[in-house]
Amino acid sequence: MDLNEKAKQLLEAGTVQAVLGFEPGTHGAPRPAFARGADQAARLVSGPGCDQNLASYVTRAPVKRLGKLAVLATPKVLRALLQLMAERQIQEQDVLPLALDAAGQVVELATAQAMEEHLALEPDPVSTQDRELLDRLGRMTRAERWAFWQGELSRCVKCYACRSSCPMCYCEHCTMDCNRPQWVPVPSHALGNLEYHMVRSMHLAGRCVQCGDCGSACPVGIPVHLLTFNAEQTVHAQFGQRAGASAKLDYALSTFRPDDKENFIR
Amino acid sequence: MTDTFEPKITAFVCNWCTYAGADLTGTSRIKYQSNVRVLRLPCTGRIDFMLLAKAFARGADGIIISGCHPNDCHYTSGNYHARRRWMVYRNLMDFMGIDVERITFSWVSAAEGAKWAELVNEVTTGIRAKGPYTEYQELAHTGVE
Repeated sequence: MDLNEKAKQLLEAGTVQAVLGFEPGTHGAPRPAFARGADQAARLVSGPGCDQNLASYVTRAPVKRLGKLAVLATPKVLRALLQLMAERQIQEQDVLPLALDAAGQVVELATAQAMEEHLALEPDPVSTQDRELLDRLGRMTRAERWAFWQGELSRCVKCYACRSSCPMCYCEHCTMDCNRPQWVPVPSHALGNLEYHMVRSMHLAGRCVQCGDCGSACPVGIPVHLLTFNAEQTVHAQFGQRAGASAKLDYALSTFRPDDKENFIR
Repeated sequence: MTDTFEPKITAFVCNWCTYAGADLTGTSRIKYQSNVRVLRLPCTGRIDFMLLAKAFARGADGIIISGCHPNDCHYTSGNYHARRRWMVYRNLMDFMGIDVERITFSWVSAAEGAKWAELVNEVTTGIRAKGPYTEYQELAHTGVE
């Protein structure tokens, strides 16, 4: 059954109250859309350009009020949904991920276990392009990396698109918006930008599902996703766990092993 | 300028081990370089990663983070949590091009007064050789009216 038929069937049967997917937007470019009745199911599209991580919508209060939601789920959406379950932001029964197979047929992944099994077949989430940039940064000297990031971050306008696009940035009160006391400077000057991206990356360490949507959301093209990837990859390398791999995962930084190995504490 | 440069070292220490250890250094009348500003916190687990960034922005040339040895935490596990945090944060800072060699992590117990003196001397000498951390401190002024 293809996506439109499946959406129609689910909405007619009342299995879900809405289907979250994409519809053609300006100049035909896909944009996220909710089909809230069987008559709207035909609007949904899939294919090239349907790249946004839809999981960033499911934790929003107005979306939660809709009721049970079917979500068009690419691997990164599945990882994000699993991580949201691990963080107890959603429950297994709140969402019905709909994955598409190679022939465009819908595969329902009703349980966390089904999602985990489906994901296990997926390759490394980091794209070749990102991998190359990470390798290039790794080969740089510290001063070169500083110059690289200062150059990149100098373009940041603090629009917080990276925060808004992130499925894991669901806090109702973000520390960025806290101004008593003012912890991170609001203006997008060099220090404010550096501190903002530092905080964002640290708050996503061990939680980033490496979807890279923050980087694609950036209007000035800063590869901000590499910062969260770095923190996430340290967690994976040091503590052996990967965010989004399972619906049962302890937060890496609020747990510990007495034998955690580092090489810099004297 | 360089020959009169005196590094500013900010030390974030835990109340129960390193602060007591530094106290012991004093009561044992061990002399050490006076470039260090000691900030006492309840536990290394309380040391927010942003405190380090704030210290650099406010003019610190070097930072010492020190607390109880593993298994000695007054709150059972604060230092273990801190250790994980530093493992991630140190890599991130290095990735962003921040000079992580200016930050020294250490375990100093309440009985290790001599180790504290040695640590401060070593760090101060190291930072003195490196010079001021103007690269970061300048950030605090660029673009701010």
